[in-house]
Amino acid sequence: MTETEVKPAPAEPKREPVIRVENVGMDFSGRTVLDSVGMDVYPGETVVVMGGSGCGKSTLLRIMIGSYQPTRGRVLLFGQDITHLSDKEMDKLRLRFGILFQSGALYNSMTVGENVALPMHEHTDLDDSIIDIMVKMKLELVGLRDFGDLMPAQVSGGMKKRVGLARAIALDPEIIFYDEPSAGLDPIVAGVIDMLIMDLSKKLGVTSVVVTHDMNSAFKIADRMFMLYQGRVVAQGTAQEIRNSADPVVQQFITGAPDGPIPLRMSKTDFGKDLIG
Amino acid sequence: MSENRVERLLGTVGAAGKSFLTYIGGMGYLFKESLWYFMVLILRLEGRRRGGSRAVFAQMVRVGVRSIPIVTLVLFFVGMIIALQMAYVLRGFGAPQAVPAVVGVSMLRELGPLLTAIVLTGFAGASIAAEIGTMVVSEEILALESEALNPVQFLVMPRVLATAFMLLCLTIFANLIGILGGYVASAMILDMAANFYYAKTVDFLKMQDLVTGLIKSVVFGLLIALIACQEGLRVKGGAEGVGRATTLAVVYGIVALISTDLFFSWLFWKVL
Repeated sequence: MTETEVKPAPAEPKREPVIRVENVGMDFSGRTVLDSVGMDVYPGETVVVMGGSGCGKSTLLRIMIGSYQPTRGRVLLFGQDITHLSDKEMDKLRLRFGILFQSGALYNSMTVGENVALPMHEHTDLDDSIIDIMVKMKLELVGLRDFGDLMPAQVSGGMKKRVGLARAIALDPEIIFYDEPSAGLDPIVAGVIDMLIMDLSKKLGVTSVVVTHDMNSAFKIADRMFMLYQGRVVAQGTAQEIRNSADPVVQQFITGAPDGPIPLRMSKTDFGKDLIG
Repeated sequence: MSENRVERLLGTVGAAGKSFLTYIGGMGYLFKESLWYFMVLILRLEGRRRGGSRAVFAQMVRVGVRSIPIVTLVLFFVGMIIALQMAYVLRGFGAPQAVPAVVGVSMLRELGPLLTAIVLTGFAGASIAAEIGTMVVSEEILALESEALNPVQFLVMPRVLATAFMLLCLTIFANLIGILGGYVASAMILDMAANFYYAKTVDFLKMQDLVTGLIKSVVFGLLIALIACQEGLRVKGGAEGVGRATTLAVVYGIVALISTDLFFSWLFWKVL
């Protein structure tokens, strides 16, 4: 195909977002953690939410998966307002998305294989023998097929995360949420996790929402990025747009400069006054 | 000023009362939900799905079977202690042959259920609170919920069921061990013959003594597990929170056991 053959892109069909965050705000005992955050995630894309520690990105994730009730605003998952769903209806939605927790959050009393099998045992009527096969397939996807009989305490942190991912995709979800997928991992394992995230979204068409502060992996995997700072979305766009952003907050975050618009010192009172009294 | 102080005192009392009621309410909720999931389990409302049934047996082993040695040791010694103390008192009345009856009644009605429960508070209550608390900290509870699996069904119900049932079994066992301890002590200091001791015990004890004790033991088991689960689920903030939950599970557990025991003693006195 040559340049000349490229037709002007037809107006993209209006897609419905699978996740819509509308004007969400969250207060914890009077302190505002999130303030009028808005975000649309479309089917099949990988969206990265980045920001420094304490910027509210984990809280936003918890709100999106329905484990926190936002103080203001609403969240729509698959077109349903999850801030007003009964537990039963929410449970139905929960089967359509998976979550990879920061530390893997494997059930320590069960083997690796049982961890992956549990959602299938409890939510499907499949035979045990079929579930065994499915567990092997899921573990093979993350490269850990031989480790099904080990206990979570016997495998490394990176392996736990991979098992967590195998468990998150046990029921073939349409959305996967990743909470700090590369935190605490060595660069190679972090790279493996990034590759798995990309594989799942490209090969299986899964929508991914990744919360991270690891810029390397963020630029590698993101279709679109949102940057949170002090509970607000300060920048959004494609990876390229974010990289070229003139916003000093974004630039400081990308370059990792110790001081800048995001201050090094968090204390609000004057140092000299504090010392002398 | 004094009005202010009264106001503050009332406020403190009110707040304490409210948090106490909230606590009881939380336990009531866990109990109600556990009961529901127990029904689901035994009536197979969810078809072939397992819904925590495997956990029930694992918890029974953990709570009941592993605590047998320590329960044996404690109750055997307590039986001996009661016999020794009572022998001293009863000899003063010239009735040392009443020792078997005293040991039997105090074991079946009171010490068997209560002491077994207290041992189990330390043995199982603390470890349940620590385990569930750690699961909260490591996001395992959140993971369960996000897989649409109910933590009450998978964690609380098996533990409550296992503790209540195993405490019932352990209490029967503990009663026997306590009486055996009483016999050993009586044989040593009063030269009592085994068949005499046995006959005296069996003659004096009524079915009512056993049954009231066993009713208490089931309630004790429920209390231990519900308090431990609640403390575990309420954990906030890392290892320190887990430690606090473990302590509180034991402290609140023992307070709850003793006060419930007082209530039951009064109730049985009135009714039976």
